[in-house]
Amino acid sequence: MKLKLKIWRQKNASAKGQMVDYDVSDISEHMSFLEMMDVLNEQLISKGEDPIAFDHDCREGICGMCSMYINGEAHGPDRGITTCQLHMRMFKDGDTITIEPFRAAAFPVIKDLVVDRSAFDRIQQAGGYISVNTSGNTQDANTIPISKHAADEAMDAATCIGCGACVATCKNSSAMLFVGAKVSQYALLPQGQIEAVDRVKNMVAQMDLEGFGNCTNTGACEIECPKGISLDTIARMNRELMKAHI
Amino acid sequence: MGGFFKSSIGRKVAMALSAFFLMFFLIIHLTVNMTSVFSADLFNELSHFMGTNPLVQFALQPVLLFGVVFHFVLGFILEWKNKKARKVTYFKNNGAANSTWMSRNMMYSGLVILAFLVIHFADFWVHEINVKYINVEPADPTRYYHELVEKFVPIWRVVAYSVAFILLGLHLGHGFTSAFQSMGSTAGRKRALQNLGKAYAVIIPLGFIIIALYHHFNHH
Amino acid sequence: MALDSKVPEGPIKDKWTTYKDKINLVNPANKRLIDVIVVGTGLAGGSASATLAELGYNVKAFAYQDSPRRAHSIAAQGGINAAKNYQGDGDSTYRLFYDTVKGGDYRSREANVYRLAEVSANIIDQCVAQGVPFARDYGGLLDNRSFGGVLVSRTFYAKGQTGQQLLLGAYSAMNRQIARGKIEMFNRHEMLDLVVVDGKARGIIARNLVTGEIERHSAHAVVIASGGYGNVYFLSTNAMGSNVTAAWKIHKKGAYFANPCYTQIHPTCIPRSGDYQSKLTLMSESLRNDGRIWVPKSLDDAKAIREGRKKPTELSEEERDYYLERRYPAFGNLVPRDVASRAAKECCDAGYGVNATGEAVYLDFAHAIERYGKEQAKILNITNPSKEKITELGEKIVEAKYGNLFQMYEKIVDENPYKTPMMIYPATHYTMGGVWVDYNLMTTIPGCYCIGEANFSDHGANRLGASALMQGLADGYFVLPYTIGDYLSDDIRTGKIPTDTPEFDEAEKAVRDRIDFFINNKGSKTVDYFHKRLGKIMWDKVGMTRNEKGLKEAMTEIKEIREEFWKEVKVPGQANEMNPELEKAGRVADFLELGELFAKDALMRNESCGGHFREESVEESGEQKGEAKRNDKDYAFVAAWEYKGEPADAVLHKEQLEFKDIELKQRSYK
Repeated sequence: MKLKLKIWRQKNASAKGQMVDYDVSDISEHMSFLEMMDVLNEQLISKGEDPIAFDHDCREGICGMCSMYINGEAHGPDRGITTCQLHMRMFKDGDTITIEPFRAAAFPVIKDLVVDRSAFDRIQQAGGYISVNTSGNTQDANTIPISKHAADEAMDAATCIGCGACVATCKNSSAMLFVGAKVSQYALLPQGQIEAVDRVKNMVAQMDLEGFGNCTNTGACEIECPKGISLDTIARMNRELMKAHI
Repeated sequence: MGGFFKSSIGRKVAMALSAFFLMFFLIIHLTVNMTSVFSADLFNELSHFMGTNPLVQFALQPVLLFGVVFHFVLGFILEWKNKKARKVTYFKNNGAANSTWMSRNMMYSGLVILAFLVIHFADFWVHEINVKYINVEPADPTRYYHELVEKFVPIWRVVAYSVAFILLGLHLGHGFTSAFQSMGSTAGRKRALQNLGKAYAVIIPLGFIIIALYHHFNHH
Repeated sequence: MALDSKVPEGPIKDKWTTYKDKINLVNPANKRLIDVIVVGTGLAGGSASATLAELGYNVKAFAYQDSPRRAHSIAAQGGINAAKNYQGDGDSTYRLFYDTVKGGDYRSREANVYRLAEVSANIIDQCVAQGVPFARDYGGLLDNRSFGGVLVSRTFYAKGQTGQQLLLGAYSAMNRQIARGKIEMFNRHEMLDLVVVDGKARGIIARNLVTGEIERHSAHAVVIASGGYGNVYFLSTNAMGSNVTAAWKIHKKGAYFANPCYTQIHPTCIPRSGDYQSKLTLMSESLRNDGRIWVPKSLDDAKAIREGRKKPTELSEEERDYYLERRYPAFGNLVPRDVASRAAKECCDAGYGVNATGEAVYLDFAHAIERYGKEQAKILNITNPSKEKITELGEKIVEAKYGNLFQMYEKIVDENPYKTPMMIYPATHYTMGGVWVDYNLMTTIPGCYCIGEANFSDHGANRLGASALMQGLADGYFVLPYTIGDYLSDDIRTGKIPTDTPEFDEAEKAVRDRIDFFINNKGSKTVDYFHKRLGKIMWDKVGMTRNEKGLKEAMTEIKEIREEFWKEVKVPGQANEMNPELEKAGRVADFLELGELFAKDALMRNESCGGHFREESVEESGEQKGEAKRNDKDYAFVAAWEYKGEPADAVLHKEQLEFKDIELKQRSYK
């Protein structure tokens, strides 16, 4: 099929960017979206133009690196997937597709579609861990039984891949789904209780410092999240923070 | 609670708390107004009580005023801050794909409600102050019902009134569950709260609109 | 230089404990004076960085991605082995050790494998303490499953995302140390050379992938944890950025590269659909527990299916060849990865392949659905259930077990695997070969260590399922942090390593020259063009089966491509900016050298063992006719190659493997 692409081009962090039009043809419906981008880039290189920079790595929906805003949605129109898992059969011959970077003040553009998500790392560094030495001299893994329900729920929260689709989607660029997921994982496990108070306070403080917006509970993040992280994780984080302050 | 209300989540909780207060007030307000449909006397009696009881006048009324102003001002501040969190906006954004119109436009439904409140204040509250403290007219415990009916005579006023309440319905349609979510309500209560929220967001505005229509058609 | 594995004396059970008791330590105050560079922050690098920092060393960690959390360890699905014996089914350290050595077809170093089995239990304790949400049973205790055809249930798992959870655990341990200032994290940085001063590894040259700046970083020791080199095949289940560059650079500076030809080809991947394909997607091996693998019995049916004239569901039982069940009645569809992969290739080569490319076989769940459906009907007391009811009940059970994999398959292939059989084909998955290391995990360059998939590792010629995660974390958390102290104890008076020395100048210049060459070369072909050609040769001639003729051709052809690459490669953009094509060019240049050494190693090893299958070395007669034939008399050694310029000139060093605690046996799955 043939497609018209409108893609954000920006030379570097300080340059002014703009939408640029490209045409691609001979696109197979079995291609993944990123393979379509590969085809475009090969064409651009052959023509002596600068290829489009975009983040990607595992191409199987788990590393969280790919991050495109396609036709007005994070990771495009399909559900429960990342950009790399989006396939061209979701589009029709002759379609115009707009491709933009994930936008948020806390995610500055580095080049074209590549953004800097190090704010997420800093939030994790503020408390997204359990302070246990890696000596291996811990107690036996089965010493503290954990209910299957809690373990499964913790796992559901822990599946977050840190892609930032929640921030990109949220009309307020809020990172609460991301932070809520991490806070929830530890809040649900006995190992996480010791530092629970400081963890949630510090992580929320860092989140605010990074310049993410506030949550207005539109629920858009939950819909666009490739891993289906639930809004309940945000509610739990709210509870945890209230508990921490009382 | 040191620093709690300085955090993003703290502000969200403050928004939710003031919303709870206002939603509770709406129930009282609707209940009182609804009596006008059934009994002019009861309505007059309740209105007179509300209008003259010192506890209501000098304790609850300022709290209500503060609640309204607080909810609006904090709402604006948060909206402004949230806007700042995305400096370059999307060329194409398909918000409808993942969220409801009402959840994305609380600001606008809120502004319409604000506009309505301005008129409402001009109509009733300014009038009340005028009657009670400025022109000091003789106390007439039966005037309230007539004043109410009179307001609903012009059709444009009924229409404007209804539009404002539809917007309130939309505001509540998101606001009710949103407030509970902000307060950290647990997943188990989600479905019940959603249903309750829908019912609340329909019943409250519908109640007010029915009262308006009733008086408009009943006294014409 | 003679290879010294430095395996301690004594009985195998006590080696590690006794050794740890005797090695030199660095006192806490002195650790503050010592810097360690870790390149790569996956399971091995991430866990090593965290532990070294916790011990008190100053760690500088490097990742080419934007965060350590993105490393490809994250994609491991199945699980992690540990000899915990929680299920009481007779597991033990020895049994895990035995299974790993046997699974590796007796081509790994006994002492290392025993140590790996020994520390495996600690990994689970450690991860649970870190908040890794492993699956649990209803009593709240950890759940296990049996994996990869072993006889005990020792695999711990977190849904189908075990690698992700373990990596996030290591990442959280790193974050704690980054917050304490003990790890300095360099994201979006790529190591482009090793700096050797007076024969010791003393630093690296790295490129900042955002600004293009070339940076010098010094340290008292350098740890390489950069993963495997499966992308030499262009198409693999590795991440797009996975590369051999760090490992290859140290090879060129004196580290021997061991057993490059040992590659694991995973049998259950989603087949290629066209030439544009950029990578292959793995589906968990667990699918083979219930799926039956088949191809059409007649070539005509296969052709009709390829051309879309026939559907697989139209073929009757008699028209299908369940070739694994036919050839290996004892193990059936559960034969090890290498055996299953080769059998699929043989079928497709013979013309029985089923998708448009002719490279796919069926993995059919119809029988499983029927079997589960009937079971459920019985449980639910439904008498005389209709066929539809059975299917409905059966699909529910299959969905509960493999739902996420089926969904993934459907997203990619656009076919409903509940209704029509899945198509699968083998793909390169893991490389057992890598940088040669001794018992201390040190390479042949003093002060340069190599851990995780990047080293030649504990898996011999074939890795068992759920053992990669175990090895990465064992190396990083529990082995390297001890052994590196023994080396660093001599360095407490060295002081900071200066970077303004001739050695750094020289290394930086070489890096800059190469980058400038790429940018200024007026070539006509893209990097991917060369990478795809290399991949095709590797797959066709150095893939699942290998022979002398093909390997010799491969060596010549790879050399030709390499020469053409250096003339014709075209790299757009500038050196001083983010330039993904420039990054790729450097990586492919290294793959083009590794590929040739890979073929040379495969040519030298004229035996079939594990993932390496030489057509010349098969059983000629008897029950095992046609199966792989290992040659312990001539090839029970590790092949460690020394760099001498051209890959073809590499010099072979042999580390003889001794098996004192295990008897060498032929693998049989008949």
